[in-house]
Parts: sequence; structure tokens; C-alpha cells
Amino acid sequence: QDMQEKETVAPERAEEVKLKAKYPNLGQKPGGSDFLMKRLQKGQKYFDSGDYNMAKAKMKNKQLPSAGPDKNLVTGDHIPTPQDLPQRKSSLVTSKLAG
Amino acid sequence: FLGAGGGNDIQWCFSQVKGAVDDDVAEADIISTVEFNHSGELLATGDKGGRVVIFQQEQENKTQSHSRGEYNVYSTFQSHEPEFDYLKSLEIEEKINKIRWLPQKNAAQFLLSTNDKTIKLWKISERDKRPEGYNLKEEDGRYRDPTTVTTLRVPVFRPMDLMVEASPRRIFANAHTYHINSISINSDYETYLSADDLRINLWHLEITDRSFNIVDIKPANMEELTEVITAAEFHPNSCNTFVYSSSKGTIRLCDMRASALCDRHSKLFEEPEDPSNRSFFSEIISSISDVKFSHSGRYMMTRDYLSVKIWDLNMENRPVETYQVHEYLRSKLCSLYENDCIFDKFECCWNGSDRQNFLLPPLCSIVMTGSYNNFFRMFDRNTKRDITLEASRENNKPRTVLKPRKVCASGKRKKDEISVDSLDFNKKILHTAWHPKENIIAVATTNNLYIFQDKMN
Repeated sequence: QDMQEKETVAPERAEEVKLKAKYPNLGQKPGGSDFLMKRLQKGQKYFDSGDYNMAKAKMKNKQLPSAGPDKNLVTGDHIPTPQDLPQRKSSLVTSKLAG
Repeated sequence: FLGAGGGNDIQWCFSQVKGAVDDDVAEADIISTVEFNHSGELLATGDKGGRVVIFQQEQENKTQSHSRGEYNVYSTFQSHEPEFDYLKSLEIEEKINKIRWLPQKNAAQFLLSTNDKTIKLWKISERDKRPEGYNLKEEDGRYRDPTTVTTLRVPVFRPMDLMVEASPRRIFANAHTYHINSISINSDYETYLSADDLRINLWHLEITDRSFNIVDIKPANMEELTEVITAAEFHPNSCNTFVYSSSKGTIRLCDMRASALCDRHSKLFEEPEDPSNRSFFSEIISSISDVKFSHSGRYMMTRDYLSVKIWDLNMENRPVETYQVHEYLRSKLCSLYENDCIFDKFECCWNGSDRQNFLLPPLCSIVMTGSYNNFFRMFDRNTKRDITLEASRENNKPRTVLKPRKVCASGKRKKDEISVDSLDFNKKILHTAWHPKENIIAVATTNNLYIFQDKMN
């Protein structure tokens, strides 16, 4: 009967073992708080003045790169400018449901 | 399963599908909410691009007894626009999280639509006549030369092509620090609540510069945060009662007569957990993504990742019924966590009224919810039978009964079954709605809206 019990180990636990094998550094606390904080911070776009100044110092000897097409560069390596801020344009097109 | 026999089982047929056919889905076209109005004549959808599309049911053609009226576009407008809060460095999505209709009081229709931060009251009105024959103006609007005006004439209203106009009548802004997940209109038809991750506010529909905070679960120290509010709804009949659900799988019922700030619940609904079954995923999959009162208010339904639960308001310690939506996913949680699907927020809904009996309040006997692979599920509470159907353009013939689907969890896959590993997890049905009076349902896939109705004899 012992063997039978082992075989009916909750599928959830088996999945947990699989996940921890892939990501050994996964938080010790059960899946909860990390996601909550991520959920609360949705939409946050940071400008770090420390990164900005460090990048400025790094760039002193090099030519300043202009705002590239990749607007998602980490601020540490690229000096952000207001033009880099992604422009959110509203949908000017009518919904296809109404088409 | 439903449809296998029995005179009372509903046989669902394809009726219409709205939206683009192409597979390349633009983000803006992703449908984010679907809602019938109180009569069922209007059906509203909101999308990620901040747009609202309203469909209107055709008047029933008395000679065409084999089908109910079709839904055609009635109005469409841009409800919300993307914003950037410079003070908080916060990008505010224009995605419409919820639409809720007000009961109709006059010729116009009103609805509330909300994105993450701002709720708007929209008035949708019809214009089918216009004044003609102004005294001082030409028909094109230019002013007439005053010296040519020799007689007085009074403009008269003449018919014109129907024009449906949507205008924002109230904007309820700046009351939510966190992201709004729910709005619910009170049975008093004067107030409504809006809920974000940590707070719930009470508004009066006429007053935009003030709202009352009625629930605040923000801890003094954010490090101590353990749960967030996931959904909230007013009781359908008691204007002092509302419920809110949490990411930990609990539902709290609050009575606004008890105190101004309803931080202490009147009832706490929670199913005890078997500690031996606890895993890393337990809390995530227990998070309630939707809560809906039954029409009578005696029961409420909650949706968590794998199941639908029916609760009797008189019993807090466990649900009275539990229905497994897609239990076969329990052994796929690892990959569902990796592709983020485990965080998908499915909604659920009750059937509308039982057509045979308009005298009694509607019996909430069937519940519906979505799943993956464009499948959706229905559970009959009386017969305990369930059915899986698919929203697909392949079942395109009106009046042809939809074929039930079956997922093969393990072992040998039978013909016509689909194996779990073949399911398309990008095809999610998160939003469904049931007509309040008839057996007509609206099912939203990623960017298409399907309308199904029962087979009329």
C-alpha cells in the first residue's frame, strides 16, 4: 500500500519539484508575495538619476549615442532623453469588431 | 454531458462571429470585457485599445421563428486613452477592464467603463430627427445675410438617418493608487463601488469629486503584504452588502451599516486547505479571478484557476458545490507557470432566466466559464452534467448544434479527443456573458466575439 501512496503523490507537488529543478533559486516563500509586488508595480517605468549620472561619466570620453531605435535599453548604458520615453498613442483605428 | 439527451438540455448553435479573421492579432484588438445590458438588447465589448463596441439585437422577426434577432453594431467609441503619470513614473494602460450597464431610466442608455485608474459614465443616445429651417442660418450652417431676412420662420424637426452618439457624462478619476479590477453598481441605482488591489471606494453616480473609501487592506509596512483584492460586487438586492475576493482564495462579505470603513468583514468564506496538498502553486491557483452573485443573492460563484465554486451565503466554511474546469492542467502547472498562463484571470457567469417561467425569479442552474484552446465549459447544477464547447469559425453554420469537445488527460486518446499537450494556451476564453432573459451567450476569444443561441424548434 505504501507504494500506491507514493504513486499518487499530488501532481502539484511533482510539478513543484520540476520547477525547483529548473530554477533552484526560486524564492523560499510559496508563490505569493513576489507576484503581488509585481502586480502592484505594473506599469512602473523608472528613471534612475544615479544610472543617468554614471552613464554620463562613462560616456565622457565617447561620443554620446543618439536615441536609438531600441527604447528599452537599460538606463545604465544609455543616457535617457525625453524622446526615449515611449510615446503612447491612442488607437485611432476603429475596432475590427465594428467592421 | 449536457446535450446528450433529456428534454431540458440546451442545444447550442452558432449564431454570429464578430472581428477579424486573420491570425495576426493587434494588441489593441484583444477583447478585455463583455457585458449584456439589463434587457439583453445591447451587448458591449471593451478592448485593450480602450475602445468600446456596442451591438444591438434586431427586433425579432415574427415570421422567422427559427432564430432570435441578430446582433449588429450600434455604437463604437474610444472610451479611454493611454496616459503617463509623470509624478509616479507610471504608464496607464487604456485597456477597458470592466463595463457595467446602468438600468435604463429614459430613452438613453448609460454604462460605466473603467481602465486601471479612471471610471467613466457614458451616455449613449439616439438622434433620429433634426431641426431644419432656421431663421438666421442656411442649411449648411452659414449665417444668412441679415438684409435678406424678411420673414420669420420657426425651425421644424424633420426625420434623419439614425445617429447613435456616445458622450462621457462623468469622469471619476484620481481615487485609485492601485489598479482597478472591478466596478459594481448598487441595487439602489445611485451608488457604485470600484475596487483596486488594496482598496474599495464607494461613489455616487452624480458626484465625481469625492468618493468614500470603504475597504483598505494596505498594510502599514508593504513588506507585510500577503494578499490583494481580486474582485468585488454588490449584493443584487441588499444595497448595504457587498463581497470582495482575494488572491488567497477567500471571499469577505461586508455590511456598510456596520461601520464607515468595512475592514472587518461580516462573513469570511474560505475552504479549508489540506496541508498535505500544499505546494508552491497552491496559493497562486487558489487566487479568485471572479466573483458573481446569483440573481436571488442567495448564492455566489467564484472562479479560481482550476475550478468554479458555488457558495451559499449562509455557509462560510466551504462551498456547496465545486466544478472542475480543467483538472488535467494540475499536472502541467510547471509549464503554465513558466509561460505565465497560471496568472490568467478567467471570469464566470450564471445563466439568465429560464425562458419557460417569467413569473418566478430566474433559477441560477447553469454556470459557464472559459478555458484554453478556445474551449468553454458549462455546468448544470441540477443534473450535474457538464459540457465543453469550442468557439471556432469551423462550426460556422447557423442552427447546427455545436459538437461537444473532450480533452484526453492521459492514456490513449480516443478519436475526436484532443490531448492536453495539443491544447493551444494562447487561445484563451477569459470573458463570457449570458443574455439576462434568453438562452443567448456571448463568448470572447482573443480578438473575436462569438454569439451562440439555443436551437429553437
